[in-house]
Amino acid sequence: MSPVDTQTGEGAAATGVPIELRAVEHGFGAVTVLADIDIAVAPGQFVALLGPSGCGKSTLLRLVAALDVARAGQVCVAGQPVRESVRAAPHPVGDRIAFVFQDPHLLPWRTLLRNVELPLELAGVARAERRERALAVIDEVGLRDAHDRYPAALSGGMRMRASLARALVTDPAVLLLDEPFAALDEITRQRLDEKLYALWRERGMTVLFVTHSIGEAVFLSQRTIMLSRRPAGVVADQTIELPGRAAALAAAASGSDGAAEALALRSSEAFHDHVKRLHGRLMVAEGGR
Amino acid sequence: MSGRAAGLGRAVTPPLAVLLAVLVVWELAVQVTQPPKFLFCGPIDVWRAFLDDAGGLSRATLMTTLSVLLGFGAAALLGVTSAVILSWSRLLERSFYPFTVFLQTVPLVAIAPMLVLWLDPGLPAVSVCAFIVCLFPVITNTLVGIRSIPRAQVELFALYGASPLQALFKLSLPGALPNLMTGLRVAAGLAVIGAVVGEFVAGQMGADRGLGIVVVVSARQGDVPVLFAAVGLASLLGLAMLGLVSGASHALLHRWHVSHQEE
Repeated sequence: MSPVDTQTGEGAAATGVPIELRAVEHGFGAVTVLADIDIAVAPGQFVALLGPSGCGKSTLLRLVAALDVARAGQVCVAGQPVRESVRAAPHPVGDRIAFVFQDPHLLPWRTLLRNVELPLELAGVARAERRERALAVIDEVGLRDAHDRYPAALSGGMRMRASLARALVTDPAVLLLDEPFAALDEITRQRLDEKLYALWRERGMTVLFVTHSIGEAVFLSQRTIMLSRRPAGVVADQTIELPGRAAALAAAASGSDGAAEALALRSSEAFHDHVKRLHGRLMVAEGGR
Repeated sequence: MSGRAAGLGRAVTPPLAVLLAVLVVWELAVQVTQPPKFLFCGPIDVWRAFLDDAGGLSRATLMTTLSVLLGFGAAALLGVTSAVILSWSRLLERSFYPFTVFLQTVPLVAIAPMLVLWLDPGLPAVSVCAFIVCLFPVITNTLVGIRSIPRAQVELFALYGASPLQALFKLSLPGALPNLMTGLRVAAGLAVIGAVVGEFVAGQMGADRGLGIVVVVSARQGDVPVLFAAVGLASLLGLAMLGLVSGASHALLHRWHVSHQEE
């Protein structure tokens, strides 16, 4: 699939890299979590992963991040196979891969700014440069005024924004998100979805986004992949086309009347068609393969 | 600044009031019941005894303070180092941790005579006694702190290719700091107990300076006011140690840790 969706004009810059899973199988002890997974993600594509609770969506992300290594099959990022855990060797794409966990996991003893600086600091980037780059991303996620606060003094939504800023500060080619906004209230979650979409449009990294919410998957992704109950395989792979999404969300990102545009998109017929179809699939997936 | 001074006042005034009340009741009780001088005395007698031998008692306090600081300081350094090493692998922890429990469970009075035999009964033996009782709480609490760091944070460091040293200084140690401080708080009080017990034993082997020795000698001579003065000084030393640790803890944690947030 081409990185740029010709019908909707989505997908952008050349930052992203391809991700490929070939005949991947993984499990813990006697339990097989993922069975025979084949997925190819084009550079710069935004892919949402849906599936029943505990089916192995997070495990799949961990394999791509090389936090775990697949028992069988091959995981390739930017054409490079993942052979070793990041605990033993650097990831094939170095620090150009970022992971956002369900909890923000900021370091409580560092200010927001110093938290966002962390990946650069670990990579040995000079102080002045990392400060400048961190402030730029903090600005992008809308937290400039809070940059010298400690995490304990931030709201849940702000912490998640900070976590997103930390992930983006290295300018990653791959962004992995594991149900990042699941613990937030609906409105905060929608604002963050819009923000994430805008950041992806602007930067063009490859995104794998695990979520429980069909609506969120449809709203954000170019392509939604659904996994079945354990041992999980791919049961649906659906291209998401929402006419006018890019324009609507560009308006949403620029503020002013954006919320209305986003709302219109969320209530459009195309949106509901996708949700309905995926919902049917999810019912089947819940029942097993 | 004035806010901080007010906070300190709020913290210090109630216990001082209690102390004053206890001293007054104590003195009145002694005045009324007139117990024999070799069994009991009032706070005024204790104060006079202190003034009579202010030089000797101060030197004894200084000696004990030195032992306490040496033992406590060494235990803090070695305890944190050991905890870091034990945290590297479950196997190391399983192999060596039981022996640190030995430090906690063996009675100090039982091993103090050996220490005094092997080491000089002065500063060396006494500070080792303080060291031994301090070590365990520091190791245990630091280890719990390092082990409680969320797995995702450890993985984040791995993903960003952090070196072991970066992970130690930017994650493990700051993450374990609140627990480490709890360990040091416990150790601060124990250090004084350890040193005084060490001095009891060292006193029998010829050591002649330290609050523990003053306690033993004055008890034998039935000099109750001096005995009380020495006990009082030892408690003040314990309080000062605790204040030191609390101050350090406040300085390091108040900006970010829940235990130090204002209500």
